[in-house]
Amino acid sequence: MDSAIANPQAEHDAAEHEHVYLPQHRHHFETEEQQREAGSFGMWLFLLTEIMFFGGMFFAYLLYRNWYYDAFVAASNTLNIGMGAANTAILITSGFFMALAVWAAEVRKKNVLVWMLVLTTVFGAAFLGVKYFEYKEKFELHHIPGAGFDVSQFINPPMDAKTGKPVGNPLPPDVAQHTQIFFFLYFAMTGMHALHMIIGIGLLFWLIARSQKGDFSAGYVAPIENFGLYWHFVDIVWLFLFPLLYLINRHPLAH
Amino acid sequence: MSASSSTILNLPDQSTARVPKKNFITAEDGLLSWLLTGDHKRIAMLYLISITFFFFIGGAFAGLIRLELLTPQPDLVASDTYNKFFTMHGVIMVFLFLVPSVPATLGNFLIPIMLGARDLAFPKINLLSWYLYLIGGTLVLTTMALGGVDTGWTFTTPLSTHYLNTHVITTATAVFIAGFSSIFTGLNFIVTIHRMRCPGMTWFRMPLFVWSHYAASILMVLGTPVLAIAIVLVALERLFGIGVFDPTKGGDPLLFQHLFWFYSHPAVYIMILPGMGVISEVISTFSRKRVFGYTAVAFSSVAIALFGFFVWEHHMFIMGVSNYSALVFSLLTMLVAVPSAIKIFNWAFTLQKGSITFETPMLYAFGFMGLFTIGGLTGVFLGSLGMDIHLTETYFIVAHFHFVMVGGMLMAFLAGVHFWWPKMTGRMYPETLSKMAAVITFIGFNLTFLPQFILGYLGMPRRYHAYPPEFQILNVLSTAGATVLGIGYMLPILYLAWSLKYGAVAGDNPWQATGLEWQIQSPPLTENFTTIPIMDHEAYDYEWLEHKTKQEVTTVG
Repeated sequence: MDSAIANPQAEHDAAEHEHVYLPQHRHHFETEEQQREAGSFGMWLFLLTEIMFFGGMFFAYLLYRNWYYDAFVAASNTLNIGMGAANTAILITSGFFMALAVWAAEVRKKNVLVWMLVLTTVFGAAFLGVKYFEYKEKFELHHIPGAGFDVSQFINPPMDAKTGKPVGNPLPPDVAQHTQIFFFLYFAMTGMHALHMIIGIGLLFWLIARSQKGDFSAGYVAPIENFGLYWHFVDIVWLFLFPLLYLINRHPLAH
Repeated sequence: MSASSSTILNLPDQSTARVPKKNFITAEDGLLSWLLTGDHKRIAMLYLISITFFFFIGGAFAGLIRLELLTPQPDLVASDTYNKFFTMHGVIMVFLFLVPSVPATLGNFLIPIMLGARDLAFPKINLLSWYLYLIGGTLVLTTMALGGVDTGWTFTTPLSTHYLNTHVITTATAVFIAGFSSIFTGLNFIVTIHRMRCPGMTWFRMPLFVWSHYAASILMVLGTPVLAIAIVLVALERLFGIGVFDPTKGGDPLLFQHLFWFYSHPAVYIMILPGMGVISEVISTFSRKRVFGYTAVAFSSVAIALFGFFVWEHHMFIMGVSNYSALVFSLLTMLVAVPSAIKIFNWAFTLQKGSITFETPMLYAFGFMGLFTIGGLTGVFLGSLGMDIHLTETYFIVAHFHFVMVGGMLMAFLAGVHFWWPKMTGRMYPETLSKMAAVITFIGFNLTFLPQFILGYLGMPRRYHAYPPEFQILNVLSTAGATVLGIGYMLPILYLAWSLKYGAVAGDNPWQATGLEWQIQSPPLTENFTTIPIMDHEAYDYEWLEHKTKQEVTTVG
């Protein structure tokens, strides 16, 4: 569905209409400008629906974080902040290359465009790779919500080898149960985000193939621009997820 | 009523008139040319066929419900089968009929033409939306084949997540997918209305039909994704037991209610607003007057959309929400009555001193005005806290929303289908038979649902398949009414199908209406307009039309 939004002109038949300037111009638009504006407006509206979609989960997060703050802090502290921070950097880099790709399409540099899209894809894939190792860690710690969920780590925190002290404050068993809600939200939100990344990478492969043919380096840049909007939106979602999930109490005043 | 014998119907001379050979129906042949079409008019026809199909399936379940309720004893089906009946009735009617009814058929067909455009902004997304609808519909049929689902259309947790052993996931997926179909329709409309208007078509020259679809589209685009995530969470909770709505794990079932009704209350306005657009067009055409207070009616649509987002908690007054928030939401709920009343009053003033004629669409429109007003006013009863505690979960609620949805929306849908039928097909429906159908529908409807107000007030709870014997008389009345109503809905199917071949040739403008859609041939060309029109007059300008017609006559003469 994303591809359809980003590229309303996906399959066009240029031969049908002789009065057009670009082959991608579709007959029901009066001018190309109108077509381009409509496409980008449609994309913004689609992103609005995406905000509402993620908004439901952010609302749940807000509610449960207020109710179960201690459990959220304890659970949040077990997340791998190094990997999270690295992923933030990776994703911003990927977004940077995407912005360059839009620029390359606008100045009609075909090779630069292809390379920028490839780099966007590589960094996007790297993000998912890191995410895989993070999820694996959760699996090993039995932090996946459901029947196999294990709260013992939060009731009896393990000793830190260096300091000889527990790594966190022990929680009463009923409070510790609520860490499961945190982990559910963690998986739902990052999982939904990762799903958007996977869809995005699929679209990137398609855009790379078409860029190689020179489709977007002759003045027709709408698909690249609109995909760029989508990709930046996915970046921005992560920029909210990272502090909300990883950094709940990790600020100077927390200690 | 003295004018009822006259008509504004103006058909071409039947001995010479022909439906134009070149039109969007004959443009291409073969099944594939329909299944792969990008033409908004063809997609509208595809939608019309599919929603009619689902309407009759949903209607069949309604019939079974009424049949069971004919007697106080649970004698037709077992209680859990009854639960499946009303669930399937609700799911099909809400998600597969009411939400797409007017927008996906009439809206799809008319909005580009009314704006003077050749198509919607994204024809392929429009087609995709129909396919998503079909996938959703097929999944609902699959659920039925597998044995059904009995959550009620509201998927209430923890019932849906923990206690039921029916096909909740299949139905949830169906609703999720049908939801995206509605998002894409809304998105397409908003972009089209913003970007595709023809020269001279300013915002305040747009027909009110377009305004009401604009408001409904905003609701579709902003509300439906929230339903999508709520449904995803229900599915995850059910599949993996992750605890987000499960109180034993610290989750909150009320959170589901908030997310669900954040969509599903605005969804009520998604259903009714496009219907109100139809009524504006019909009332103006058949009283030969510009809609009174055009700007107020236009903005009242937007106001309904806006207020509609801030009233959802009135579905939860008895669920343990805070008294203070209940008070606020009660007040906001009553506020929605204001823009709704603005519409009703403005239509009434449009009628005042108009040259009213009583063609079939107008009869349906009158039905709408009366029934919607009753439905709306009982909504105010339900919005007040004290009354709500007495009436909630009774048949009063059932009667209230059927007055709005069936008495309001379905009447508007039928008004619209009859009004634009000559434009869509190039042929007229049979007038006498259709007037009879409109009257039968009105009588049947009142017989079905008025007794339910009384039943509810007396305390008969909804969703039960047995009831105390003293309620039987009213229930028998209601079931009898449902039978009459069923006949009222069967008739249009028959005579509209008949009219496709045998109906009188309608000509371009049988109603002498002013909209751009009436200035082109019926059925329209694939491209709608040979040259893009220039809008040089206000909407509903009957003097302009008269002037134009006179000029045409002199030019030809």
